Parts: sequence; structure tokens; C-alpha cells
Amino acid sequence: MAAQTEPGKTPLYYVPAQSVWPIYTAIALLIIAIGGANFIQQSTDKVANEGTLGGATFAVGLFALLVCMWGWFRETVVESLGGKNSTQLSISYRMGMGWFIFSEVMFFAAFFGALFYTRLLTIPWLGGAGNNAMTHELLWPQFQAFWPLTLTPDGRTFEVMSPWGLPAINTLLLVTSGVFLTIAHHAIKVGDNAKVLKNLAIAIILGFIFMGVQAYEYHHAYVEMGLTLNSGIYGSLFFLLTGFHGLHVTIGAIMLTVMWVRTAKGHFTPENHFAFEAAAWYWHFVDVVWIFLFFVVYWL
Amino acid sequence: MAHHANPTGFKRWLLTTNHKEIGSMYLLFSLAMFFVGGFMAMVIRAELMYPGLQLVQPDFFNQMTTTHGLIMVFGAVMPSFVGLANWMIPLMIGAPDMALPRLNNWSFWLLPVAFGILIFAIIKSFLGLGAAPNFGWTFYAPLSTSYGPPSTDFFILSVHIMGISSIMGAVNVIVTIINMRAPGMTMMKMPLFVWTWLITAFLLIAVIPVLAGAVTMMLFDRHFGTSFFDAAGGGDPVMFQHIFWFFGHPEVYIMILPAFGIISTIIPTFARKPLFGYASMVYATASIAFLSFIVWAHHMFTVGLPLQGNLFFMYMTMLISVPTGVKVFNWIATMWRGAMTFEVPMLFSIAFVVLFTIGGLSGLMLAITPADQQYHDTYFVVAHFHYVLVTGAIFSVYAAAYYWLPKWTGNMFHTGLAKFHFWASLISVNVLFFPMHFVGLGSMPRRIPDYPLQFADMNFWISIGGFAFGLSQIIFLVVLYKCVKGGEKATSEVWENPEGLEWTIPSPAPLHTFEVPPTVK
Ligand code: HEM
Ligand SMILES: [Cu+2]
Repeated sequence: MAAQTEPGKTPLYYVPAQSVWPIYTAIALLIIAIGGANFIQQSTDKVANEGTLGGATFAVGLFALLVCMWGWFRETVVESLGGKNSTQLSISYRMGMGWFIFSEVMFFAAFFGALFYTRLLTIPWLGGAGNNAMTHELLWPQFQAFWPLTLTPDGRTFEVMSPWGLPAINTLLLVTSGVFLTIAHHAIKVGDNAKVLKNLAIAIILGFIFMGVQAYEYHHAYVEMGLTLNSGIYGSLFFLLTGFHGLHVTIGAIMLTVMWVRTAKGHFTPENHFAFEAAAWYWHFVDVVWIFLFFVVYWL
Repeated sequence: MAHHANPTGFKRWLLTTNHKEIGSMYLLFSLAMFFVGGFMAMVIRAELMYPGLQLVQPDFFNQMTTTHGLIMVFGAVMPSFVGLANWMIPLMIGAPDMALPRLNNWSFWLLPVAFGILIFAIIKSFLGLGAAPNFGWTFYAPLSTSYGPPSTDFFILSVHIMGISSIMGAVNVIVTIINMRAPGMTMMKMPLFVWTWLITAFLLIAVIPVLAGAVTMMLFDRHFGTSFFDAAGGGDPVMFQHIFWFFGHPEVYIMILPAFGIISTIIPTFARKPLFGYASMVYATASIAFLSFIVWAHHMFTVGLPLQGNLFFMYMTMLISVPTGVKVFNWIATMWRGAMTFEVPMLFSIAFVVLFTIGGLSGLMLAITPADQQYHDTYFVVAHFHYVLVTGAIFSVYAAAYYWLPKWTGNMFHTGLAKFHFWASLISVNVLFFPMHFVGLGSMPRRIPDYPLQFADMNFWISIGGFAFGLSQIIFLVVLYKCVKGGEKATSEVWENPEGLEWTIPSPAPLHTFEVPPTVK
């Protein structure tokens, strides 16, 4: 509409032009899926899949995905800097991010649900609780129900991770990181970029230290404690929950790093900083998951 | 918006950010999948026409039931509703487009990717190059973990991609509905199709990630030595069923709530009366959605849950039929003493009301724990879910397609052919699914390629009904083709005084609509 496209005015509603990035991103995922499935099958010796070059395809797919994300986000950044984002659109973006985070919450909920189910039902039942005395007797009569489960029904044994030590330090790291991020967030709302950069940098560095500590903890678990993915349900749940959390920390830290660069380039104003806010929400989400995880996976 | 030229050629479809084009692609994609999944159904029915093994080997038969279910649920029914949402929600709420148009394009193009992977596995299996997934559309562990064929890993990643598509599509729908309504379009003025989709989108965002979690654990159990579903390591295969059905039951409502919205839109038009009990429809939809999270174990009455568990899930399941009943009551009350006419969309809608109710009633029978311990995994269950899904969900999509086709194409469809499509489908679908109740009560198990002789007659007729239903759907292709090509020009109202903003714009709907939001009084 003529009234809406007057130069210099933000359109009421902006329908973006056609874009190549969505379909390129879909193709990148196709390459990742094909490469990934072949790669997993080859590297775990389940299927030989000779000549399918799983690993290489997978790597190409990941690289393509990164390129696509770069291109797609670049397009939105250009629009944002070009003043095309109406208030309505920025509300849409915020809601979209909120619902996306809710979907992530539900993804973790499935894993936490598995943890509770195992602790409250499976393990007692394998030990003969309820009406399962015969099951217990016939399957693994020597099995003892307790948690953390350091001895599986079929006799695998290992140590469990204590919460005090590295995990406690990690909790502190992430919470502190969240605090610095909030300070940066308040600073961006008043346009104090120098303060944003400083506090955001600290938040990011704490995040990377967290990842380092986590990597060290995994190494320790595998090498010294005999705690691996193969360690029955305890090891399965431990690595699944902390592993997916770690993956999300990594993504969050990358997001925050990009926000640091964009702040340095002066992309954000007190009114227009959706991307920063989205990244901040994501980081807080990762934070909350960790606190929950610290209690139910490590401590209780 | 005048600033973009409208490009033509195939790029227009690959790169589009327009809700109408994306909606059309979704609809055509789902139609294609409907025929692919239908082909598998034909293989199944051909094998079951006579007792004994005639056409296929048992393992291949299992692949057919599995991929039929997966393709119909995730490829035909779900995308068809997303296509309708794309086309109609912006028109119904007076928005210029979906809230996040690029994301919209991505959600669509992920589907051909996901189904490409799945269908590739099926083609390989046809060529004798390794089994496609063969563990049922519910992919229970350990069938899908310890015993799944290598294609299972491709299936897992394909489910992840479908999941991303569904979640992103749902995010888009929610944000559009909450943030893009025209001034004056308050929540309680929204058409019911918009309401039901709002709630469906919420369900999608809540449970699709749980499905993603389930397949992720499967992948780990298959390859990385974990024991989620393996009792030897302290895990539990029954836990898989809990996680799957926590997704699975809301999923069946994901496939029926938009249908409720469609029927609630069409019946008032042809009964020439406003919908009876608008507010109660909204509340009923919300209660169904809420309850759908706490009934999942009615799929697991035979796995040996504690008695209290079985009782809880039985009562909750029965409770859910109360709001469902409210809806059926409202539809009938809307028709009561209406000046009814029986155009094709109305025919499908009335068939929906009757036949969906039959499915709901067999659902109630299945909800009774001790009865279900007899019915479970028999053809009675197959009869139940085909009544709610085929004569429910699919019929509603046909009703919607006939209702809005003139708006989409600008042409009226050929009424005679469309009526032929309706009657042929209606009769054959009942020949196909009604006898399944009886073979089920006679305890013929589902998912088997062969059966005892006493079921032979019924199965013969079921197969006849199946082939007839399959053939009848080809009529729809003809109607569609003719309608796109030409036909009597449709007015902007199309029907007699229909409710809704979509009828205030010309037919065919121009590429861009409501660039200036209308004001709703
Ligand atoms: C009145 C409402 C309903 C009730 C009380 C109900 C109840 C049930 C019960 C108890 C079962 C499990 C049967 C068994 O495996 O032994 C079942 C299965 C099923 N229902 Fe329903 N249902 C209802 C509505 C629906 C709707 C609306 C849909 C989908 C649109 C649906 C789709 C299914 C499907 C797909 C299955 C079979 C799953 C499988 O094992 O493959 N149901 N239903
Ligand atoms: Cu159910």
C-alpha cells in the first residue's frame, strides 16, 4: 500500500520478499540426516554401509547448515537495520521465540520424565515391589533396587557422580553468568553499550568455562569412574540429560557471542534489540534447566 | 505490498513467503501422500482379501502397515490441516499473511525432505534392497531398538525433521492468531476453525518435542549402548510406551480438533443458522485439549499397569467424551429447524457428524479397561480409529476443500462429480470399516498377513470396500483438476450468506489480501 511504503517509514506489516534460505536450510538438513544416519551406522559397526561416506556427508551438511543460518539471519538483520521491523513484527518475533523455548522445555521434559519414571517405578518394580515379586524372582533375583543404580540387573557396575565438586562449581558458574547477562540486558535498555560489552563478555566467558569443566567431568567419568553411556540406566540418563544440556549451553554461548559482536557493531538500540533479548531468554532457559538438573540428577 | 513483483516459474514455489502459495503446497503435498499411503493400504487389503499368504511375505506386510500408518498420520492428515490453516487463518482473522512467512516456507519444505527419506526406504524395500521400518506406526521398543532394520535410523532422523516442521508450523499459527488479528476481532469473535487451530498448535508444541525425545532415546539404545528401554540395564520397554502415548494421544486430537473447527464453520452456513453454543464449543475444545494429556495409558491397558493406574486412565478417558458429546450436541442443535440444503461440503459434514460419533462410541467401548483387555490389538481398534480418522479427519478435509475450493480457484467445482465422489466414498468407506468391528469382536488380531478361516467372508468384503474407496478418491482428482482449469465463475460469497471475512474478498482470492486490516464490528 502506498501509505505504508513511503520512504523512511516503517511499514505496518512487512511481507518479506522471496527467500532462498528456508529451502537451502531444508536441503542442509537432508544432507545432515542422510550423512548422520550412515555415519552413526558405520561408526558403531551396526551396518557396514560401504562407500556411503557417512562422516564426510554429515560434515558437509553441518557446514551447509551453518552457512544457511548465517545467510538467513543476515537477511533478518539487514531488515531490522533497514527499519523494516514494525512493532507488530517485533512482537511476533518475541512470541515466536517464547513458544520455541516452550518446545525445548517439553523436549527436556521427556528426559526428566524418563528419569522420574525410572526412579519411582522401574527400579522398585525390578526389585519386586508392587505385584512384581515373580518378575523379580524369574528375571534377576539378585537385583537390589536402590538409587543411584550402581549395579545393573545384568551385573554391570560403576561409580556415580557426586554433586559436590565440579557440578556445584558449574552451578555457580552458570548462575553467575546469568546475573552478568541480566546486568548487560538492563544496560542495553538504557543504551549503555560499553557496559553491555563488558558484562556480556563475562557472561560468555563463564559459559565457556562451564563447558570446559563439563568436558573434564565427562573425561573423568569415562576414564576413572567407569561411568559411560553403557552404564545401565543411570549412565544413560546422566549422559543424556547433561549431554543435551551441554549442547544447549554450546548453542546459547554461540548465540551470546554473536550478540556481543552485534553490540560492538552498534546494531542494538534501547528500542530495537530483539535478537539480544531472544539470546538472553535462551540462556536463562538453559540456566534453569541446569539448576533443575543439578537437583534431580546429581544431588537427590 | 507493491514492492515485490510476483515471480513466476518454479522458483515462485520454492522460495515463496506467501501464505496462500504455501497453503496450496501443503494441501497438494498431503494429497500426494494420501495416495502414497493409500497405495500401501491397497497392498494390505489385497493380501487380506483371502486367507493364507498370497502376495507378500509377512515382513513386507509389516512394512506396509507401518509405512501406511506413518504416511497417513504425518504426511496426509497433519499437513492437510496445516495447509488449511495457512490458507484460511489469515483470511479469517483479517491478517495480511502469516506472522513469520520465511519460517512458514521452511516448515513446508522440511516435509518433502522428511518423507523423501522415508519413501526412499520403502522404494529400496520394493526393490529388495533391505527392509523399510516394520514395527508399526507406534514403533514400540524393543521392536524398533533391538530388532529394527537399518532403515530405522533414517526413520528416526526423518521423524526429527517432521517434528521441526510441525513445531515451526505451530509456532507460526499461534503467533499469527495471537498477534495478527484485525482490529475488533476479539478472541471470542474468532471463527471456530481459528480457535481449534490455536489449541491444536498448543498441543503440537507441547507434545512433538516429546516424540523427538522418544526417538532420540531409541537412537541411543540402538547405537550408543544406553539402556532406556532395556530391563537388563535397569530400563523399561514399557517406559517407551508411556513416552510414546504421552505424545500419541494428544496427537490424535491434533488430528481431530481442526476438523471440529471445519464442521462448526460449515454446518451453520448450510443450516442457515448461527452455530449453536459458540462459547461452549470453545470451552469444550479447551477441556478436550487439557484432558488429552492425562488419558494416554488407555492405549496400555494390557501391559500390566497397577490397578489404580488402569482405573484412573479409564475414568479420565470416559470424561473426555463429555466435551466431545457437547460438540456433537451443538452441531445437531445447529441443524435443528434450520433451512437446510445439502451442498457437497454439507454432505461431508453431516456424514462426519454421524460417522465420527460411531468412532467416538467405539472409543468409549475401548475405554472400559476390562473390555479393552479383550478388544486390544484386534480389528475392533482398527475400526475405531479409522472411523475417527477417515470418516472423521479426512471427511472434514474434503468438506473444507469443497467449501473453500471456489474461493481458492475462483471456479465452482462440478457438483455432479463431487456428489458422486461423496456417495461413492460414503458407501465404500462403510463397507470397508464397518465389518472390521465384527471381525475385531471375533478377535482377529491387527497387523497380521493371514487369519483363521472364519474371518474369510468379512475380510473379502472389507477388501472390496477398500478397493472401492481407493478408486473413489480418484474422482476427487478429476473434480480438482476440472475446478482448477475452469468452470462456472464463483462469486465472492460463493454460498448463500456465509459467515466470515474470507467471503468479503474476491474469488479467486488475490495473492495479497487485507494489506490494510479490515475493522470487525
Ligand atoms: C470419544 C473419544 C475417544 C475415546 C474414548 C477413544 C478411546 C480409545 C482407546 C481406549 C484406544 C485404545 C484401544 C486399544 O489399543 O486397545 C484408542 C485407540 C485409538 N484411537 Fe481413540 N478414542 C477416542 C477418539 C479418538 C479420536 C478423535 C481419534 C483420532 C482422530 C482417535 C484415534 C485413535 C487411534 C489412532 C487409536 C489406535 C492407536 C494404535 O494402537 O495404533 N481416537 N482410542
Ligand atoms: Cu488415545
